[in-house]
Amino acid sequence: IMASSYGAKEEDGHHPGSAGLGGAAIRTKKPDNTAFKQQRLPAWQPILTAGTVLPAFFIIGLIFIPIGIGLYVTSNNIKEFELDYTGTDMSSPCFNCSQSWNSTNTCKCELFFSLDQPFESNVFMYYGLSNFYQNHRRYVKSRDDSQLNGDERSLKEPSKECEPYRTNENKPIAPCGAIANSMFNDTLDLFYIDPNGKKRPISLTKKGIAWWTDKHVKFRNPGGSNSNLTTVFKDTAKPVNWHKPVYELDVDIENNGFINEDFIVWMRTAALPTFRKLYRIIQKNNDMTPTLPRGNYSLAVTYNYPVRSFEGRKRMILSTISWMGGKNPFLGIAYITVGSICFFLGVVLLFIHHKYGNRNNSSDIAS
Amino acid sequence: FFVFFTEEERRVRANDREYNEKFQYASNCIMTSKYNIITFLPVNLFEQFQEVANTYFLFLLILQLIPQISSLSWFTTIVPLVLVLSITAVKDATDDYFRHKSDNQVNNRQSQVLIGGILQKEKWMNVRVGDIIKLENNQFVAADLLLLSSSEPHSLCYIETAELDGETNMKVRQSLSVTSELGDPNNLAQFDGEVVCEPPNNKLDRFCGTLYWKDCKYPLSNQNMLLRGCVLRNTESCYGLVIFAGPDTKLMQNSGRTKFKRTSIDRLMNTLVLWIFGFLVCMGVILAIGNAVWEKEVGALFQSFLPWDPPVDNFLFSAFLSFWSYVIILNTVVPISLYVSVEVIRLGHSYFINWDRRMFCSRSNTAAEARTTTLNEELGQVEYIFSDKTGTLTQNIMTFNKCSINGRAYGEVMDILGAQQKRVQPLDFTAWNPLADRDFCFYDQSLLEAVMVGEPAVHEFLRVLSLCHTVMSEEKREGVLVYKAQSPDEGALVTAARNFGFVFRSRTPGTVTTHELGKAVTYTLLAILDFNNIRKRMSVIVRNPEGRIRLYCKGADTVLFERLHSCNHELMNITSDHLNEYAGDGLRTLALAYRDLSEEQWEAWAERFRGADKATDCRDDRLAAVYEEIEQDMMLLGATAVEDKLQDGVPETIAILSLANIKIWVLTGDKQETAVNIGYSCKMLTDDMTEIFIVNGHTVQSVREELRKSRERMLESARTRDGGKEAPPSSLLESISGEFALIISGHSLAHALEADMEREFLETACACRAVICCRVTPLQKALVVELVKRHKKAVTLAIGDGANDVSMIKTAHIGVGISGQEGIQAVLASDYSFSQFRFLQRLLLVHGRWSYLRMCRFLCYFFYKNFAFTMVHFWFGFFCGFSAQTVYDQYFITLYNIVYTSLPVLAMGIFDQDVPEQRSLEYPKLYEPGQLNLLFNKREFFICIAQGIYTSVVLFFIPYGVLSHATQSNGVPLADYQTFAVTTATALVIVVSVQIALDTGYWTAINHFFIWGSLGTYFTILFAMHSSILFNIFPKQFHFLGSAHNTLGQPVVWLTIALATVISIAPVLAFRFLKLDLKPQLSDTVRNTQLVLQKKRKPGGRVGRGSRRSGYAFAHQEGFGELITSGKNMRLSSMALATFASRHSSSWIDTLRRKKHANSTGAQNTPPTGEDSAASSQTPPLSTSSSAAGKAGQACNEPVLTHSPDDIALSVIRCPEREVGECSTGTVQVNIHLKTSSSTNCILWG
Repeated sequence: IMASSYGAKEEDGHHPGSAGLGGAAIRTKKPDNTAFKQQRLPAWQPILTAGTVLPAFFIIGLIFIPIGIGLYVTSNNIKEFELDYTGTDMSSPCFNCSQSWNSTNTCKCELFFSLDQPFESNVFMYYGLSNFYQNHRRYVKSRDDSQLNGDERSLKEPSKECEPYRTNENKPIAPCGAIANSMFNDTLDLFYIDPNGKKRPISLTKKGIAWWTDKHVKFRNPGGSNSNLTTVFKDTAKPVNWHKPVYELDVDIENNGFINEDFIVWMRTAALPTFRKLYRIIQKNNDMTPTLPRGNYSLAVTYNYPVRSFEGRKRMILSTISWMGGKNPFLGIAYITVGSICFFLGVVLLFIHHKYGNRNNSSDIAS
Repeated sequence: FFVFFTEEERRVRANDREYNEKFQYASNCIMTSKYNIITFLPVNLFEQFQEVANTYFLFLLILQLIPQISSLSWFTTIVPLVLVLSITAVKDATDDYFRHKSDNQVNNRQSQVLIGGILQKEKWMNVRVGDIIKLENNQFVAADLLLLSSSEPHSLCYIETAELDGETNMKVRQSLSVTSELGDPNNLAQFDGEVVCEPPNNKLDRFCGTLYWKDCKYPLSNQNMLLRGCVLRNTESCYGLVIFAGPDTKLMQNSGRTKFKRTSIDRLMNTLVLWIFGFLVCMGVILAIGNAVWEKEVGALFQSFLPWDPPVDNFLFSAFLSFWSYVIILNTVVPISLYVSVEVIRLGHSYFINWDRRMFCSRSNTAAEARTTTLNEELGQVEYIFSDKTGTLTQNIMTFNKCSINGRAYGEVMDILGAQQKRVQPLDFTAWNPLADRDFCFYDQSLLEAVMVGEPAVHEFLRVLSLCHTVMSEEKREGVLVYKAQSPDEGALVTAARNFGFVFRSRTPGTVTTHELGKAVTYTLLAILDFNNIRKRMSVIVRNPEGRIRLYCKGADTVLFERLHSCNHELMNITSDHLNEYAGDGLRTLALAYRDLSEEQWEAWAERFRGADKATDCRDDRLAAVYEEIEQDMMLLGATAVEDKLQDGVPETIAILSLANIKIWVLTGDKQETAVNIGYSCKMLTDDMTEIFIVNGHTVQSVREELRKSRERMLESARTRDGGKEAPPSSLLESISGEFALIISGHSLAHALEADMEREFLETACACRAVICCRVTPLQKALVVELVKRHKKAVTLAIGDGANDVSMIKTAHIGVGISGQEGIQAVLASDYSFSQFRFLQRLLLVHGRWSYLRMCRFLCYFFYKNFAFTMVHFWFGFFCGFSAQTVYDQYFITLYNIVYTSLPVLAMGIFDQDVPEQRSLEYPKLYEPGQLNLLFNKREFFICIAQGIYTSVVLFFIPYGVLSHATQSNGVPLADYQTFAVTTATALVIVVSVQIALDTGYWTAINHFFIWGSLGTYFTILFAMHSSILFNIFPKQFHFLGSAHNTLGQPVVWLTIALATVISIAPVLAFRFLKLDLKPQLSDTVRNTQLVLQKKRKPGGRVGRGSRRSGYAFAHQEGFGELITSGKNMRLSSMALATFASRHSSSWIDTLRRKKHANSTGAQNTPPTGEDSAASSQTPPLSTSSSAAGKAGQACNEPVLTHSPDDIALSVIRCPEREVGECSTGTVQVNIHLKTSSSTNCILWG
């Protein structure tokens, strides 16, 4: 039981100052007898007693451990495959690409890998970057959200935050800023290699990889209903690192310009220097075969994005997903650990309380 | 003439404004306000920016305007800063408004100024130096005046200086004889004397100047001065020349500058804030170094993606900028809202003090008032109380209570069972004695009977009272007598005689006319053997109408008993017993005696007396010797007992306060005897005390010697108690728990306070349980307080009611003014004011304790929550290239302190209670943590900080661990910055809310509302800020569009938040539980015993028998007898009045007889009605009256505690067996806690 009392304040035994005044018109300055002013507000006064604290620990333990186990099992059932294609290693097919990088030539490389287990249901394809400081202050602020929202004025006159990627050759850069400028521009293609050696391309969906709000509210092409993005962006310059202007990111008008989902995904900066971003979705076929059956695959990379200069790494990740998202063993383990510790703490406290506890506390007496 | 910067001498010419204007003396206008409408804004802002904190935030604001540094938007700082500045400005403006009002009130008082020979009404502020003003009876003196003439004979005038020095007895001032002849306004208008005197100073008792008039020089002294703040009494009118006006007056010079008081928590807070700044700089440096390394190692390589901002060209410069950026984002460890929140909390506490009905005195219709709002929590830490006596402990009203005549005691009213009966009807004197004083109350019928029966001893007794005194009478209308007594004691005695039919009617230098039982009798006054401190007695020698010469004497029993005739032995013993009894009740006693003198004896003595009187050398000693000769072989008549009425509840309050380990020092201007008497009656001194040291030396050596001796005695007794264990003296003195008291007089104190002796004095005094300093000047009061303040590092509180206490009230950490009869100077200078001393226990033990507790809890939590909040940035720094990127949204940073977390902690800071208020009065020991500074100190601070840092680690690394790999259920990774920010912020808000819920001990509806409301507000604002509506209006500002939705919709995020909360809170919970379980504080235990004790405890029966004490405690000066016999102060009118004396010889004795008869048949048998029960229910909680404690109805559940330092406190629950059933619970448990300290505390529950 919670040893508490609700507003058990004694009456102060003060007789109202009627005595002696005899109804005289003297205005008494006596303060009002309200519970608030007399600090007698009814109140709940919880006390930490063995009766409340110990059960709390046990309950936390009993709740956390099953959740943790559930999470851990779920996480273990998720299949994830990760492939580093940076090409720092001499043996890597992408070694050459990583060594000789210039912005004009495109360099292609292909990596082979095999999946031991079939990937059921939808498979999500990520690219991962390491040692890339998308969370650097100067980087994070280097964007113009109103330009990206399709504001004409900002398109012509990008925000100062975009410096030094604000203008190029006296033309405003669209999209401006360091984030846009450094957009990930490798192209990844996935092939399934039949047991008989034939490469079969796997269809990759590029829609639905960004937040709905980003795609439909936050990012908008300038010019409103004008579908000809070339004219809309005609007075702007492309970001210096880009190969193509923004209006050539895709042929699909719904996925071009600022509302290109790859672009949107990139613009949602990562919190940590090692991060992954959703690249493509491999939709589950309607038939009974797994989305990605067991077997050999190849990843064809159009190697555009330089990471060697800052000792970064590039990865391709394939993952399935559960109700709680992707593979995430940390959460499950943390829950199990915390739950166990709480339970254990409860036992220890119970022991201490029994052995050394202040028996005089009313929690024990108030029967 | 030159105007000097410092005035060297003052020249004032009467009635010559032109001449006086040349000197540009200050006018009589006083100004205590600081601003006017125009200067308010600049001056106030200037003052506010003198606060380091405000300047610091201004500096931050400027830093934020530099784009390379700015890691946060400017509004994150300016919003709180403007908020803080405006709240403070509003408060200052209100304060100053009230000061303006009170200044105006004083400045606009009316006075009559003689301008051009005509009296004109002028406001005080228009009075100039050199003006002649007329004062009337009972008016305040408007400025420091030179008395020119008065309406009284000899140009005397009486003033009451209570406002000035707190002494309530009247003082006489006399004008120079040359000016006294001026008389009427016309002559005064012609007066053109010039006064040359000392420049303005603050010495109240000194004035030195010369009057030049008509080519003559007349020396002026303090005896000719009327000082501002005095009140004219018993003088119809007088004229005075303004010498000092306004700020130059001695009163204003004495009031001094108002020092801004800071509490110890304030000082600690400032230190801690400095430490935090240091910490902040350290973190800044670490992160800046990190930045340098990162920019060199990683950032340089990253240049292709992220070039440096233009002015930055190398990593060192970048690190330098990064340092400032981090200073900006980490500045929230010292939140600007700290200071303003503290102010708000204190304001709340002040209002609670103002609103407290139990600190409201209905008699004077005044509520307690917190006049400053900055000291409340210090009320919970007081260790020393310095109290004035008159008007503070006592009401300064003397009442004649009891007497012993010829071995029979009168005044004790007994009923048949012998039990004391309170509140019977007072005797009605007026019916048979038209001259009786209506306000006089006496309850014992038997004395009246004895008077009527005509017992000679009783008559003689009353005759002494009516003859042997120096009271002056005034009979404005016939039959309405007003006595002007030097001391209230004398007044009480003469009034008593008057009511019993021995009416002192009038006196001339040579006669005393009384009205004895309706008959006018005129005695010839042969001699007054005046009182002085050494003689401790006074006598008069009178010749009655029959020609018999008699000496009547009254004086301290010890002195008088030595001079009695040997045949009085038996009577002396009985009287002595009575005296002991009276003394035990705290009454001031006097013994009365007479001696018949033969004509020859008188003649012979009178000869010697004249010789001694005329002697030029050693006149006093000779006179004393002569007096001694005649005051021999006296016949004892009896003794009187006068009650110096203590204020209600004083002994109880002092008892409770000393149980709370508060030391009480009484500093009084009164004489030693008076002070000691009061010490006894308010139970500061008891006969159980081991020893009472009296330091009364006049020289440095003797004082030092006396102090040394008393210390030795203390050590000695401590050693005997400890069984001869030796310990280093210095530490022993600190730990002596014996019952010692020190009484030191003003002249000794002057030496003791000198630099080389003050340590000795302090050591001695602090080892004593009670210290009484008597005959101290206002300055000495302040010095004593200052001494303790300086050396003891303890919080001091000074309480007083008179202007003489102002200096001490201002010096002490906390000044409390009693708003009583003695004017308002003390109240104006005080920090808290109320009208009864007993409210002090409530102020300290309830309000002070709570304030301290609340403030400490507030501070702990406040530092915790800000460290938890801010340190996350530090950890994030390691992952974002030390770029000063914030973890949270900037709006969250702006609002965190002022919206999301401010109200719950404010509610806790204002409303929290650990134990109900009655408990803190029942267990004064609960006060101790405050004195020992246990609840918030450097250690507690570090614990809070550590907890905050721990929480920040959890808050950063748990989301880091979870989110870096997690994805939404649609596959989109959760590791983006905005999701991370929202998750961390939400977790933070939840964790600190859970923590405040854990800290809050008293959940009122307001707490609920604020805590849940804050959480609700957080989510509301979060969703609003991340809504598309705001984004569409300001796309750049609200770019967190949709984050709340996307993030908080994910179960993983909630799992993360829950995990972080449990990890942050569980250790705290476990730790607190262990602390409570294994080492509960007293407050915890009391809190645990929530079973309500309905009755309050009473102290044990040991109503100490007071020691026999000399009651010759006249608060008057010697030499008044001389004034009377010289006839100087006699009015012609009073002589004339003497003739009325015989008129009232009508048969009032018959009336009395009839009346008495009626009483004996009717009134005696009527049982006391409702009065009785009303009286007992109004008994204060710690009533010493044993009768109330014995009442059967209250017996149940009524614990009685005996407090004695050496014994274990025994707690007995009075619960007679037959009444067990009526007790609220069947079982009674008694738990006795033993503490190491001298007092013990008892926890009881039934």
